[in-house]
Amino acid sequence: MLISPDDRLIFEKSRPGRKGSGLPETRCLKDSAAAKLPEKFRRKQDLVFPEVSEPEVIRHYVNLSRKNFSIDTHFYPLGSCTMKYNPKLNEWAAALESFSAVHPMQPEETTQGFLEVFYNLEEALKAMTGMDRFTLQPAAGAHGELTGMMLVHAYHESRGDTKRRKVIVPDSSHGTNPATAALLGYEVVTIRSNAQGRVDMAELRKNLDAETACLMLTNPNTLGLFEVDIQEITRLVHEVGALLYYDGANLNALLGVVRPGDMGFDIVHLNLHKTFSTPHGGGGPGAGPVGVKAYLVPFLPQPLVEKQGAQYRFVTENKASIGRIKSFFGNSGILLRAYTYILTLGRAGIIKISDDAILNANYLKEKLKHVFPVAVDEPCMHEFVLTLKKAKDKGIHAGDVGKRLLDYGFHAPTVHFPLVVEDALMIEPTESESRETLDRFVEAMKQIAREVEETPDLVRGAPWTLPIGRPDEVRAARNPVLTYRDVVREKEKVCREGAPIA
Amino acid sequence: MHYQPVTPEDKESMLQECGVAKLDDLLRGIPAKLFRPKLEMPEALSELEIQAFLRELGARNKTAQNMLSFLGGGSYDHFIPSAVSSITGRHEFYTAYTPYQPEASQGTLQAIFEFQSMIAELMGLDVSNASHYDGSTSLAEAALLALRQTGRRKILLSAAVHPHYREVLKTYLKGTLYTVEEFGFDGSGGYSREKFFDGLNEDIAGVIFQTPNFFGVLEDLEGIADAVHAVGALLILNVYPLSLGVVRSPGEWGADVAVGEGQSLGIPLQFGGPYLGLFATTRALVRRVPGRLAGLTEDNKGRRAFCLTLQAREQHIRREKAASNICTNQALCALAACVSMALLGKSGMKQVGELNRDRAVYLREKISELPGFKVDLNVPIFNEFVVGSAKPFTQIQSAMMAKGFFPGIGLGDFYEGRGHDFLVCVTETKTKEQLDRFVEALKQC
Amino acid sequence: MSLPQELKYTKTHEWARRAGNRVTVGITDYAQKEISDVVFVELPKSNAPVTAGKPAAVVESVKAAFDIYAPVSGQVTAVNAELEKDPGLINQDAYGRGFLFEIEMSQPSDWDALLSAEGYEQALKQGAH
Repeated sequence: MLISPDDRLIFEKSRPGRKGSGLPETRCLKDSAAAKLPEKFRRKQDLVFPEVSEPEVIRHYVNLSRKNFSIDTHFYPLGSCTMKYNPKLNEWAAALESFSAVHPMQPEETTQGFLEVFYNLEEALKAMTGMDRFTLQPAAGAHGELTGMMLVHAYHESRGDTKRRKVIVPDSSHGTNPATAALLGYEVVTIRSNAQGRVDMAELRKNLDAETACLMLTNPNTLGLFEVDIQEITRLVHEVGALLYYDGANLNALLGVVRPGDMGFDIVHLNLHKTFSTPHGGGGPGAGPVGVKAYLVPFLPQPLVEKQGAQYRFVTENKASIGRIKSFFGNSGILLRAYTYILTLGRAGIIKISDDAILNANYLKEKLKHVFPVAVDEPCMHEFVLTLKKAKDKGIHAGDVGKRLLDYGFHAPTVHFPLVVEDALMIEPTESESRETLDRFVEAMKQIAREVEETPDLVRGAPWTLPIGRPDEVRAARNPVLTYRDVVREKEKVCREGAPIA
Repeated sequence: MHYQPVTPEDKESMLQECGVAKLDDLLRGIPAKLFRPKLEMPEALSELEIQAFLRELGARNKTAQNMLSFLGGGSYDHFIPSAVSSITGRHEFYTAYTPYQPEASQGTLQAIFEFQSMIAELMGLDVSNASHYDGSTSLAEAALLALRQTGRRKILLSAAVHPHYREVLKTYLKGTLYTVEEFGFDGSGGYSREKFFDGLNEDIAGVIFQTPNFFGVLEDLEGIADAVHAVGALLILNVYPLSLGVVRSPGEWGADVAVGEGQSLGIPLQFGGPYLGLFATTRALVRRVPGRLAGLTEDNKGRRAFCLTLQAREQHIRREKAASNICTNQALCALAACVSMALLGKSGMKQVGELNRDRAVYLREKISELPGFKVDLNVPIFNEFVVGSAKPFTQIQSAMMAKGFFPGIGLGDFYEGRGHDFLVCVTETKTKEQLDRFVEALKQC
Repeated sequence: MSLPQELKYTKTHEWARRAGNRVTVGITDYAQKEISDVVFVELPKSNAPVTAGKPAAVVESVKAAFDIYAPVSGQVTAVNAELEKDPGLINQDAYGRGFLFEIEMSQPSDWDALLSAEGYEQALKQGAH
């Protein structure tokens, strides 16, 4: 059996006395008692930690890794996630000790290499997006959005415009948009999209007024369609004195095609772990730089990076700054990876990203639209949405098709999102995939479509070929077992009460 | 472009399948004025050229490897077992997506579960989440939890908490109805009990201490949890995870929420990030915990299965009512921490704590013997302490750097009138010989 | 879909049962089906004031969290403690053991503003959700 069936936790492999790492034994103090902490500061509670040797640790975690899908092993057509190839040169760069061993509190003259990376990265992001300045501090897309909303707030406050309580969000938006706005006390107004999933202009006009702080938008939208009315949208939003915020999740469609700054966006957040190839890591770390137009620069988090002659400096001059949103400077290791990627692609390569991403998406859409209906049948940008509402009478949902794709060796697309499409499957192939991979994906989808008709149980109960089948999520939420101690407690309950807990 | 398989031949036939002659035919509807802007950027470099360029850039940085560094202040130079990067470098871990499809992500999910278990253990609490961006954002999230849980509007914050963390908290609460009140510290660097009790009342949602605090002082929190709970507030402690093998844990102090920076657990300095925010709570608060949580359950065949759970709290479901707007954790950093903690194990966690104390107590004593320098030998510390110098720190720093040392962090950058004080951190990475050399160099300043 | 005639309803899928000035509140069979397996219920605190039409509780499934609105104004006099151990009661017995809480009405006229079973059925047909 290739994937180990051993499903024990590292704690369950522990044996007293085993050690896994080589700390030095030597002490500086002659009297070791001096190193003992005063009584009240000492830990008394037992530390239930594993005791295992290095080879056991290695085998344990390597075996765990083999239970994962990843881009380096599987195609991930995940809409809105941009699962493109993570170049190894980026990893090489981040592992250089001359970068990874730099302490953030070192005097500036000893960190000029990093400062130049930040400066050059900012210049590149400005060029690609048409924005005037960037903060590189936010650690993720959602963090960038939070920063963006704080900038909106600070801007209106600074102009004494305190009646702006509302943020408008399309009903097709990413979940973080409303959550972020609500955190800042804004009232979230959700507006309906039209039949093409685009902003309904009548709805927008109706909801825009002097109380609107901001409209949050992504372009192309979550159906992969360009908001053709964008110039009118910009005009309307600015006319009422509100700001226009760009969620950069879909930037992979726009590089060299259109720039958010040119479209009239005031604030932009990017996802370096999507568009700029830094690895997803199983759920982070990422980075979410935020770009702004000149009139918002005074509010940016600090420090910013400036070039003065041949020197790079951190600058903290803006009294109106919203302040820090994170300790130190941001996810420097991720910024370095993205910078390396931009060096590798260069101007022509950046443009080719979106060209190939759009090509792959349209090709895949053409091939798939006869298998499952497309939500909106027009040319898409880098992603498109299929609807599985027909399969409802067989009792099959988009999620089931996603699970069955796992058996075919493909990660599922984004399922049940955007909410405006019934039973949606959002597909984004990215520019990293070959035509042959796309064709193989189409074949798998055709097979599954046949299964939906002829043998729906096969789809409904998928996946069949992975280390686990569908987990009981209801049980997980009703009776959360979140640590090894919880596991031990549950085992003891079973022993005492003789039956597993519901 | 070697990252993209599409060839001109592929492109031609694929466009044909789409029924168009050229790619731009698929992009009708984009306003002509905005279409195909000129990008002012350099052209591509080859991989070979980039390697040379980055090596050259890197050479303009000094590091904790080519200098003898005594820098701490929220980022710590610790021993990282070589086995850690061999695991975080596994393709299946670092190029995996968020584990929303549990059947395809048991590796990531089990690793997160083990990480949660270890952090909860260290903290002496019941629940840990899958991590936040860093210690400062964890702390902000903890404050938000207290505010929501109690329905009150004020946070009482120790001024001895890391300056960046206090700034981040204030940024997070700006523009909301919530406020922060600080209470100060005394001459020893520990918090002022008097000022704390002055600020404690029933308007307070949560109280935040850091221990060891920014000055390296372990805070005496005897009776604090009771006092805080008596007014119906929550106790939040910001701690140093690698110290918790020997130092009293937040749970043992009676904390409701513990946060901290996990960088000291197997994550390199990396000029400030990506780091690892830790967040742990008592069982009572489990439904209020922000961020991701990995839970254990069974699959349809009764096999052990891990999945993300309590997701209804998360943004992608509750939208406006989410516990926070977190969309990600720092999974790969959490993996590094998990592997590092597994390798250290029970005995290693204790040993590393003792080694840090050993070096710090030794160095502190040696420095106290130097004329021109002042150290308080009575305050309890873990691995950091404040040194007062007769000369301004900027002078000491220049002189020491010329000799190949980063002597510490000047407090004058953070606190008014402290230009002669600096924070020295010493970890298990230093030998006695190196410490003696450091002291000798200081003597010459 | 079960719809007891003797109860009153809201457009937001709560049911109400009156005994004197006390009103017991729960969610309808339609709602529990839509929500599917309930995993957790956040109930109001005892003696908490509630306002008609404003959120008073939260019901969570694996996938989503749903606000439950007070049908009438008043003060919470009791909550269903059994739901802590067994939130699934809401799915099993929405009108009985799966009740959520009880209110002592402060404004008895609120009761008249509630929908009858027919009224609720109409609202459903018109697409309330």
